[in-house]
Amino acid sequence: MAQKFRIARGWGKLWRIGSLHSLVALLLLLSILAGCAAPAAPAAEATEAPAAEEAAAPAADAPEGDTIKVGVLHSLSGTMSISEVSVKDATLLAIDEINAAGGILGKMLEPVIEDGASDWPTFAEKARKLIQQDQVAVVFGCWTSASRKAVLPVFEELNGLLFYPVQYEGLETSPNIFYTGAEPTQQIIPGVDFLVNELGAKSIYLLGSDYVFPRTANLIIKAQLEHLGITLAGEEYVPLGGTEFSTIISKIEEAKPDAIFNTLNGDSNVAFFKQFKDAGFTAETLPVISVSVAEEEVRGIGAENIAGHYVSWNYYQTTDTPENKAFVAAYKAAYGEDRVTADPIEAGYFGVYVWKALVEAAGSFDVDAVRAAAKENDIEIAAPGGPIKVDGETQHMYKTVRIGQITDDGLITEVWASDGPVKPNPWLKGIDWAEGLAEGASQ
Amino acid sequence: MKNQNRTFLALLMRWGPFLIITALFLLAPQFISPFRLSQLGKFLTFAIIAVGLDLIWGYGGMMSLGQGLFFSLGAYGFAMYLKLLASGDKIPDFMFWSGLTELPWFWAPFSNPLFAVVAALVIPSLIAAIVGYFIFRSRVQGVYFSIITQALTLLTSIWFVGQQAYTGGTNGITNLGSAKFFGQSLLSTGVQTGFYLATVICLALVYVLARWVTDSRFGRLLIALRDDEARVRFLGYDPVLIKTLVFTLSAGIAALAGVLFVPQVGIISPANMGVVPSIEMVIWVALGGRGTLIGAIVGALVVNFGRSYFSETYPEIWQYFLGLLFVAVVLLFPAGIVGSLMQGFNWLRIRIQGEPMSDMTEYGTTPYRPITLGHSASNLSAPAAPAATSTSTATSATASATVSSPSSTTATAKGGS
Repeated sequence: MAQKFRIARGWGKLWRIGSLHSLVALLLLLSILAGCAAPAAPAAEATEAPAAEEAAAPAADAPEGDTIKVGVLHSLSGTMSISEVSVKDATLLAIDEINAAGGILGKMLEPVIEDGASDWPTFAEKARKLIQQDQVAVVFGCWTSASRKAVLPVFEELNGLLFYPVQYEGLETSPNIFYTGAEPTQQIIPGVDFLVNELGAKSIYLLGSDYVFPRTANLIIKAQLEHLGITLAGEEYVPLGGTEFSTIISKIEEAKPDAIFNTLNGDSNVAFFKQFKDAGFTAETLPVISVSVAEEEVRGIGAENIAGHYVSWNYYQTTDTPENKAFVAAYKAAYGEDRVTADPIEAGYFGVYVWKALVEAAGSFDVDAVRAAAKENDIEIAAPGGPIKVDGETQHMYKTVRIGQITDDGLITEVWASDGPVKPNPWLKGIDWAEGLAEGASQ
Repeated sequence: MKNQNRTFLALLMRWGPFLIITALFLLAPQFISPFRLSQLGKFLTFAIIAVGLDLIWGYGGMMSLGQGLFFSLGAYGFAMYLKLLASGDKIPDFMFWSGLTELPWFWAPFSNPLFAVVAALVIPSLIAAIVGYFIFRSRVQGVYFSIITQALTLLTSIWFVGQQAYTGGTNGITNLGSAKFFGQSLLSTGVQTGFYLATVICLALVYVLARWVTDSRFGRLLIALRDDEARVRFLGYDPVLIKTLVFTLSAGIAALAGVLFVPQVGIISPANMGVVPSIEMVIWVALGGRGTLIGAIVGALVVNFGRSYFSETYPEIWQYFLGLLFVAVVLLFPAGIVGSLMQGFNWLRIRIQGEPMSDMTEYGTTPYRPITLGHSASNLSAPAAPAATSTSTATSATASATVSSPSSTTATAKGGS
């Protein structure tokens, strides 16, 4: 026994845990390295070719010849998936329609779908993957400003192209992003004007979720209220996902505003409108205008809790254009009768058509050529929400502003609209009361 | 002479593979695409966290759900430097849109890179030391320790979201692309490769440090604490000191990972700090095999490459695959990937050498063992080797000797406490 033990110890030195660990690890890590080196090799060669040269001969960059890859980057899991999946569906619908009609420049679009997983670093990683690894010509995606801010440096560094489909707080332009949603002058500022001019509000209460969009939006609104001589009745923020409003509602009762400007996001809206109604407020006594509540959110809140209140967007399911009738029918046919369309869904849909028009004008899929085409041409398309024009300078869209009122059946009817599409002005240039805002943010 | 050769051979066996792996990782930029390299760099920073977590959990038996906090604090510290660098002489953009007009006083010193790095490492370590001291002094153990660290993480992440003017809120600190290093953008391939190489070297150093700690007398004490804290206390050691030290060390390692994470990923937000990321870190270690150090690294890489592969291949349902992987490993290989492989090697070795099966625990560190039920094991085994029975290497005899030596002098003195 004792002798055996000694032999074992002698061998044991060689088989000490350390070496055993390292051996096992060597095997495992080798396999991982091999695994990630193998698929990467061809892509590595491809990235060495300068992007600009590919552009000159679009046929050369895709060896298979008749397809071109486009990225779709939305949260398909996590808290944002409830909103973003619908936008992804709309984008895929447009891609299918374009393919059915013969593709773009003779090439079929091949969507590469990635899940941002409601996590901003994941968005950045997937954006890099789409551009560097898959060499997509364009990416349609993102919802939250946080995810857009996370991918923006990646798109700028690698000269990719992003179509961003959601209304946002403005004060941003990037040569690598086309914004198909509204900026403040196309949604927030007209919303305040509506409260003041149409509803005669003399004091306004600001309520929002605690993150960048509501805070920046309210920065703009406060400057506007000061300029208009309207009283700021109060300003409150709740954490994202917060559902406790009793304190805020008593503060509102005390402040007695004429209207509330609501920038709450997601679930908080459900809690707020229920508690607001329970406290005895109605749309007649105290109207609320929301900028993050569309048809889909109304379903969650319950039409009976929010009917009569206002929203500000550029598109509603009820918007009366022939394009919208076709779009709503196609969307329902593809994804089910119970689905509704909404502003970001429409923006995710027509964004693909805007890109198609730009590519056809440029005669190339190259990012620089597409950007140049936006500057040199007046690209116009008939979107479901009305005519859209691309502003080459800011890469935002001319969009019609529409204020809507929520009806008892959960849809939204238009009660006010701008005279035709409004020129985008993300930096609020030429608006004297907003001068300080743009200066501080421009970097 | 023969003995020396054998020592050399043992050394080579022991450190050779480590050196080869390190060299392979250092050469990786030559072979893999920039995208995969950026991914690998990110995952290697995760592996650094995992090594620190294995130190405290696998060896110390304390499952910390607060590693995400220390990681993020380190990341925020370095991100503050990068953000100031990227903003030039203006204040960072998120401060402006949160209504600030001047740089807060505590941001100013972070324009110095040396200060930023030191603060990013020291502050989380200090927090861990203070919090750890009070937790361990009150003899909080097991799941209660996990809950406290988790609460701390949650609390801080909510607080960070609320302080948008100072922390960037939910967006976190991002858009660091205009930060320049030697005239090149932070995101350029050259700078990124530099940070990747730094990550590999840091991981190698952290691994050597952790290996040294666990092989040392301190490491033996740590394992002894894991398996029977009361006995160690009766032997005259101070568990509070040992536990606080290792908790601080693991926090510092997580913070180092954070410092390396930010420049490569270009964003840090409270989402990385929360409860879920901290639990994921525990999963890496559990899946790789705790109490092995290498297992932590393997676990972090396998889970993250798995996540990336599944989500690229099946973007709509990838989470089910990842979930299946977790369940399968926990059910079929409770010792984790590396732990199970090592058990397999041991089994083979015993077969070849004809050693009795019962001897197996001598060599396999059996990384998966009931953490708080150390009594039965040590009581049943030979009384000559107290406290350190579970240490499991060929040197266990000497280890137990050093552990038990003070017992004669101090155990009586402290026995009453």
